[in-house]
Amino acid sequence: MSEKVLLSGNEAVARGAFEAGVHVATAYPGTPSTEILENVVKYKEHIYCEWAPNEKVAVEVGQGASFGGARTITAMKHVGVNVAADPMFSFAYTGVNGGFVLITADDPGMHSSQNEQDNRRYAQFMKIPLLEPTTSQETKDYVKEGIEISEEFNTPVLLRMSTRLCHSLGLVELKEREEVPVKNYVPDPKNRVVIPAHAKLLHVALEKRLKHLKEYAENSRMNRIIDGDWTFDGKKIGIISSGISFQYAREAFPEAKFLKLGMSFPFPIDLAKKFADSVDEVWVVEENEPFIEEQLVFAGIPCIGKAKIPLCNELSQTIVRKAFTEEEPATVGVSGDLPPRPPVLCPGCPHRGIFYVAHKLKFTATTDIGCYTLGIMPPLECGETCICMGASIGNALGLEKARGKDFGKNTIAFIGDSTFVHSGMTGLANAAYNKSNITTAILDNSITAMTGHQEHPGTGITLMGEETTKLDYGKLAEAVGIEHIFYTDAFDIEQLTEVLKKIKELDGSKLIVNQGRCILLDIKKLKIIPFEVDPEKCIGCGMCFKLGCPAISVGGKTEKGQNKSTIDPIFCVGESCGLCSQVCPTDAISLAKK
Amino acid sequence: MNDVFSVFITGVGGQGILLASKVLSEVARISGADIKKSEIHGMAQRGGSVVGHVKFGPKVHSPIIADGEADVILAFEKMEALRHIAALKPGGKVIVNEQEIPPAPVTAGLMEYPGDIIDRIKALAGEAVTIPGNELAKQAGTIRATNIVLLGALSNYLPFDDGQWHEAIENCVPQKFVDMNLKAFAMGKGAV
Repeated sequence: MSEKVLLSGNEAVARGAFEAGVHVATAYPGTPSTEILENVVKYKEHIYCEWAPNEKVAVEVGQGASFGGARTITAMKHVGVNVAADPMFSFAYTGVNGGFVLITADDPGMHSSQNEQDNRRYAQFMKIPLLEPTTSQETKDYVKEGIEISEEFNTPVLLRMSTRLCHSLGLVELKEREEVPVKNYVPDPKNRVVIPAHAKLLHVALEKRLKHLKEYAENSRMNRIIDGDWTFDGKKIGIISSGISFQYAREAFPEAKFLKLGMSFPFPIDLAKKFADSVDEVWVVEENEPFIEEQLVFAGIPCIGKAKIPLCNELSQTIVRKAFTEEEPATVGVSGDLPPRPPVLCPGCPHRGIFYVAHKLKFTATTDIGCYTLGIMPPLECGETCICMGASIGNALGLEKARGKDFGKNTIAFIGDSTFVHSGMTGLANAAYNKSNITTAILDNSITAMTGHQEHPGTGITLMGEETTKLDYGKLAEAVGIEHIFYTDAFDIEQLTEVLKKIKELDGSKLIVNQGRCILLDIKKLKIIPFEVDPEKCIGCGMCFKLGCPAISVGGKTEKGQNKSTIDPIFCVGESCGLCSQVCPTDAISLAKK
Repeated sequence: MNDVFSVFITGVGGQGILLASKVLSEVARISGADIKKSEIHGMAQRGGSVVGHVKFGPKVHSPIIADGEADVILAFEKMEALRHIAALKPGGKVIVNEQEIPPAPVTAGLMEYPGDIIDRIKALAGEAVTIPGNELAKQAGTIRATNIVLLGALSNYLPFDDGQWHEAIENCVPQKFVDMNLKAFAMGKGAV
């Protein structure tokens, strides 16, 4: 046996792709899925990798690669599958050539997402097989199983991860890569052009395929009974579970009999019936939706699931144990009230300046998905709606259509560069086409920052590390018909104030490209001389506090009892930012003397 | 699952918590134990609360430490120790770095950093082992080694020998920093 290594679930997906002989991998970054492609690209001599501008394109490229004969994986967070759903539904009809596995990284508990949708439902909806690993080792193994099922049954496969699997590490035994050649490409329009005449036949074939897949699931080694003999209230208990929930249930009830489902769609109902017959009572432990429970209920198998297990939020062994036994964990007690520690825009963040000015000038602001969502927090308070990738622009336009042209003129849609490329471009074209008065502000920090710095079409670098063409936001805006285009320096308060005052008076569609690199891209290279506050000059006006910079804190009082400020030299990034020195009315803030 | 040992690591983004949990997982791996490690970073790259769960033993199922399950809370920041105190198993140990990092509502002057954190921890947990981690790390060569100082302090309560710890540190930090980190580890170990 080879030595075991510690891999996160995401690293295990990457290793699984490598070992399964995958040729092409595509994704759009999104927590908790991002590290999948970041790790696949370590095998770039064997696997072509790309960041697509969004999840739909990622699937379409993956689909094309599969048609072209390549073994392919495409990865995304759960809400990304909403974006990618359109080609995926058709993909279930067309089938594959090279094996294709879609990895969805769900986020029960919403650690960094806008909802906790349960994407197991998508497998059922799209009519494709669903694999649910429970450890890093299984994750690696299931990627290969997925590729094999995909090729054997001519179907895309959905592999469902969740945050606690993606971001947990466990021991994994490594194997060699299975080298498989890219399959032949033969044009096959009857199977790959989904016009109604073809699709009607493909749908029939799909239903037939599902029957075969169901038989496979009944006998798959991924679905197995773990013997146990545990009684509760005098009844022998059998627990059905899948994914990370299985690990919580197993820890909560280590002696119980289990049916562990690794392939839960098509559902192996005969196996479940056999299992249910062998125990007195069936418990179903699953996070979020009653996906397994519904299958049992439809088949008339009595079970206890969501009647006891919470539907909202993520589970734990403690929650699972308490749900059935009402056993409270022994603890030392709780902390009592403490100041919260909310996430904050970094010191030196290029988003801070424009939010400061927009807040001061009382704009209505819609915002979008990224670091800059944090601008909704006091004291910046920029963002009255935040819905999904790209929605800021449509929301702003809709507000105008409801409330009139003047309202539109006072409305800014804030959207990051990567989010803009993901799904803001169509919104911008619409703002021009439908004669809007709103301003779109692209907060161009030259990277996908929130997820930890991924390249995108606006950065001019590919995931493979090659230089490439770079999207020009201004030219794009001009081409779609935006009437007024401004470029601003994200760290120049005076210029930002001038431009934002101007757009308040300007009719027609407008774009601001607010340029300032994410400070974390450069911070390790910078020789930082921090700013400092001269306590003699500080009058306690509080202007610098309105920037919400974590480096600025209260340091003493004025004679009238107002808070003076002080700057933490460890956090301050110095002249790369300098917003505080610009907003200080008494010149009390300047670079520290060496 | 009484034979699983659980270490709940907490602090603030940028303090080197992820490296600490990596070294701890590595030493457990070297010892031949089964391991699960789970991390939640919070939404910001910096300044938010960071939590790491490390569990090891003959067989580990769940990757997370639920309330009342931590044998040790290792806190890089005082208030974060108290914030997560419910994770502690009754009778478990709390090891606290003496550093205070004021969160946004405190820096903005809206709230005060509580002055009685250690007393409150002691009232709940019975005792708290406080470590001047930043000071010791500076003495070892750099404040960035605070995480390894704290692992040194933690090592007094874990069943791994110095040789295993040294191998784990060598496997996780760049070669040129190994000696300094070994020094930091020894200082932390001696501080309890």
